[in-house]
Amino acid sequence: MNFEFDLGFSIIAPIIVVSALFVVRAKNLIHAVLWLGATLLGTAALYARLNAPFLAGVQVLTYVGGVVTLMIFGVMVTRRHDGIDAEASSEGSERGLIFASAFFVLLSVVTWKTAPSIPNPAPIATSAQLARVLLDYYLIAFEALSLLLLAAIVGAVVLVRRKDPEAVTKLRQGSALPLINEVES
Amino acid sequence: MTLTSCLILAAAVMAIGLYGLVTRKQAVAMLLSVELMANAANMVFAAYGHFRGGPSAQVFVLFALAITVAEVAVGLALVMLLYRRHGDTTVDLASEARQ
Repeated sequence: MNFEFDLGFSIIAPIIVVSALFVVRAKNLIHAVLWLGATLLGTAALYARLNAPFLAGVQVLTYVGGVVTLMIFGVMVTRRHDGIDAEASSEGSERGLIFASAFFVLLSVVTWKTAPSIPNPAPIATSAQLARVLLDYYLIAFEALSLLLLAAIVGAVVLVRRKDPEAVTKLRQGSALPLINEVES
Repeated sequence: MTLTSCLILAAAVMAIGLYGLVTRKQAVAMLLSVELMANAANMVFAAYGHFRGGPSAQVFVLFALAITVAEVAVGLALVMLLYRRHGDTTVDLASEARQ
């Protein structure tokens, strides 16, 4: 199994791995979300390197543009008001490290033993081919996916909706904090 | 760049995500780790699509992207519920809600 040197991949891969490490180790949750954005951008670069430019564009649009923004909203809405708010628990840290390392070694060994060496990459799939397959062969899955997205969004709205109408008027008057205690009681 | 190197990169990201999922206690941080793991799975799809050919692998990545976005929306809604009930987003608090 020969590894030819590839400049693009050898730049992209460390970026992805290091920023992923920062995602799980950052003390501040906002920093973790921003490192996740870096990981996802690196993945988009990897997609571009793998001759999938459409995927790279969609990755930047939905993940970096959508999911990271949504996550930052989520962090800011649920933040406690006393400084640092996302510490990695220390007691399970070593066990988690051993567990994750064992998992990585297992996956790597299996990959190393079984992955076929394909010398020449296949011809590039163009966006036109992609569109034809997506809206022809996988049409039913595509429509089911749109239903799933609709159901998920409606479900999310139903979950976070406030049940009592008084709460909304109180929220408009600017007393958002006591609501937490009211819901508890 | 070979298929094996791409797969090992994806395995590394998956393991890092697993580490985060095991060690973090905040719900949003766990969601971030799940995102990393889903991203690693997408990398495998894209790598096989590149080396094996054909557009199907890229279609799978698109489907997985949409499902992940739905998961994030519902997950954040649950986090907000947890915060509203307890004033904190540590997932241990959710086990109290069973009674």
